[in-house]
Amino acid sequence: MTEKSNVQAVHDTLLGEFRRDERHILLGEDVGVRGGVFRVSDGFIEEFGADRIIDTPVAESSIVGIAIGAAIGGLRPVAEMQFADFHAPAFEQIVNEAARMRYRSVGAFGVPLVIRMPWGGGVRGALYHSQSVEAFYAHVPGLKVVAPSTPADITGMLRSALRDADPVVFLEHKAIYRSVKGDVPDGDYTIPLGPADVKREGADITVYAYGISLHHALAAAERLAADGVQATVVDVRSLRPLDAETVLREARKTGKCLIVYEDNRLFGAGAEIAALIAEEAFEDLDAPVMRLGGPEIPAMPFNKPQEDWFMPSPEKIAVKMRELAAY
Amino acid sequence: MSALDRATALELYRVMRTIRQFEARAVQLFGENKIWGTIHSYAGQEGVAVGVCAHLRDDDWITSTHRGHGHCIAKGADVGRMFAELLGRETGYCRGRGGSMHIADTSKGNLGANGIVGGGIPIATGAALTATYTGSDRVAVSFFGDGGANQGTLHESMNLAAIWKLPVLFVCENNQYAETNPVKDAFAVEDISLRAAGYGMPGVRVNGQDVRETYRVAADAVARARSGLGPTFIVAETYRYEGHYYGDPQVYRTKDEIEDWRAKRDPLVIARTWLTTDRLASEADLARVDREVDAEIEKGVAFAEAGEPASPIRLPEDVYAG
Ligand SMILES: Cc1ncc(C[n+]2csc(CCOP(=O)(O)OP(=O)(O)O)c2C)c(N)n1
Ligand SMILES: [Mg+2]
Repeated sequence: MTEKSNVQAVHDTLLGEFRRDERHILLGEDVGVRGGVFRVSDGFIEEFGADRIIDTPVAESSIVGIAIGAAIGGLRPVAEMQFADFHAPAFEQIVNEAARMRYRSVGAFGVPLVIRMPWGGGVRGALYHSQSVEAFYAHVPGLKVVAPSTPADITGMLRSALRDADPVVFLEHKAIYRSVKGDVPDGDYTIPLGPADVKREGADITVYAYGISLHHALAAAERLAADGVQATVVDVRSLRPLDAETVLREARKTGKCLIVYEDNRLFGAGAEIAALIAEEAFEDLDAPVMRLGGPEIPAMPFNKPQEDWFMPSPEKIAVKMRELAAY
Repeated sequence: MSALDRATALELYRVMRTIRQFEARAVQLFGENKIWGTIHSYAGQEGVAVGVCAHLRDDDWITSTHRGHGHCIAKGADVGRMFAELLGRETGYCRGRGGSMHIADTSKGNLGANGIVGGGIPIATGAALTATYTGSDRVAVSFFGDGGANQGTLHESMNLAAIWKLPVLFVCENNQYAETNPVKDAFAVEDISLRAAGYGMPGVRVNGQDVRETYRVAADAVARARSGLGPTFIVAETYRYEGHYYGDPQVYRTKDEIEDWRAKRDPLVIARTWLTTDRLASEADLARVDREVDAEIEKGVAFAEAGEPASPIRLPEDVYAG
């Protein structure tokens, strides 16, 4: 075991896989000389050279499009969107091209590509440096969309993503890049893309979360435990594929479910999870499935009280958990 | 050189000085932890925004960038409301919702700074379409960097503007870097203005450090646009003094390079020199302008600091018209 931060886990895993497999190339803005704005590829250009660690102009559509072509050509590219917010020019390539390539070629070829996106608020980034983008992509068959939030999960799942035969949107919550640390198993450790993970066991209510919301939910669960309410916390670290089995098993166990996410509440991941529980576990429910999501405004506001108002927090989650427990 | 009258010449200097002092003060406030997030300083590039915007009326439009303070000031923004926005106050241009990168002022035709590189280019082009459609002589200017010049939006918009003969100026501020990426790694040509030929519009390369030059080039381009002759692509060679953002370690450039630009090509020093040698202003005139600008900046900061911190209460407003 080695203790590291989330961002260190991304860095170390990429480093190891780039050493292991020469087909990996990295494309993105400022990933080379600067080592990435979050230092994820620090030292890479020195070790792997400018042929593999490619500083591109500001052109997200082509960063991803070229990575798709290179993947089909036999490489295993990693494309970095510097912030998830800048994904939009690349959306066309990801959704219309990468996701469909295997299907439309009737399985003849696919796109082994990892698109990394630092996402989420809580960094005073305001309207264009705070966004949640998971729902856009989780809606699309042909893509895999994961959002691991602990160093061990990031390590295991990034390794799997890099070895996967299909395109993976790999979401890294940037507000917990450095604040979250944890032990990572040494060696060639992988976690498949798909399974959810029960991060805390409790008999009274079940909370589903990912990203920074997961850590806030765990903190909120501790507060409730002090009052005698025991919460299960499920880390929905993979959104597509979604682990229906674990989601339903944990729902049935307590009969009271809350989904917490930072993205705009309507049409977000919470809606899908809630619908799944309502459809499949209705008979076992003791309360309506509840959601705590972001407000219905189009982007993250700037100043601190405003951003706090938007973001999930242990306090807000604890209030909702108590409401659910008392139902 | 087309002769500049005294009043115009001194006004160009005043606006450049206002931008320079605004940035100096913003950096100071940032250092005092009064500004959250990031700010991108326009210091060093003053000659571009000022030379171009001097030809614009309040009903002409601009779109700006993440490095937008200079464009806002040159298009007539109030520095008090700008500081207030940087400080996240109710009295700011976006009521504290936006911060540095999102200042807009439609009463002056400023359609906004923009956190998305390349995001403003088609918007300026569309504003120009409005002018054509309504038969007015309004023009639009899109400012963007060398980095922005490599987004697809510029290429699509330049083509459309050329085939539709829209009254728009595409103003590329080549400050030599896009974050850490030097232009030599991002362009296969040394002269970016060559691109204009491929779209069928005039392309002009200009020294962005001499406001007389940008003023002259923009005069022609704006006149062309107003009279229905279509778009112009202007590439202003310039330099940003600060890092990409405040606190950037700047591993991609040398101290010597920065010092060289500051010492030999500073737009304010250059302007002071010709203002005095051409007898358009005396040292005393310039000192007076400097004092007035300093007072305006301090007044602006005081206004901003007196403003209420923006509260979340009104955040649900303005998502839709009704
Ligand atoms: C679509 C998009 N991609 C990436 C970024 C991150 N980013 C912000 S500024 C910048 C470089 C811009 O360079 P340039 O256009 O030359 O402007 P300068 O900063 O030099 O003024 C980048 C890549 C962004 N804001 N938007
Ligand atoms: Mg630049």
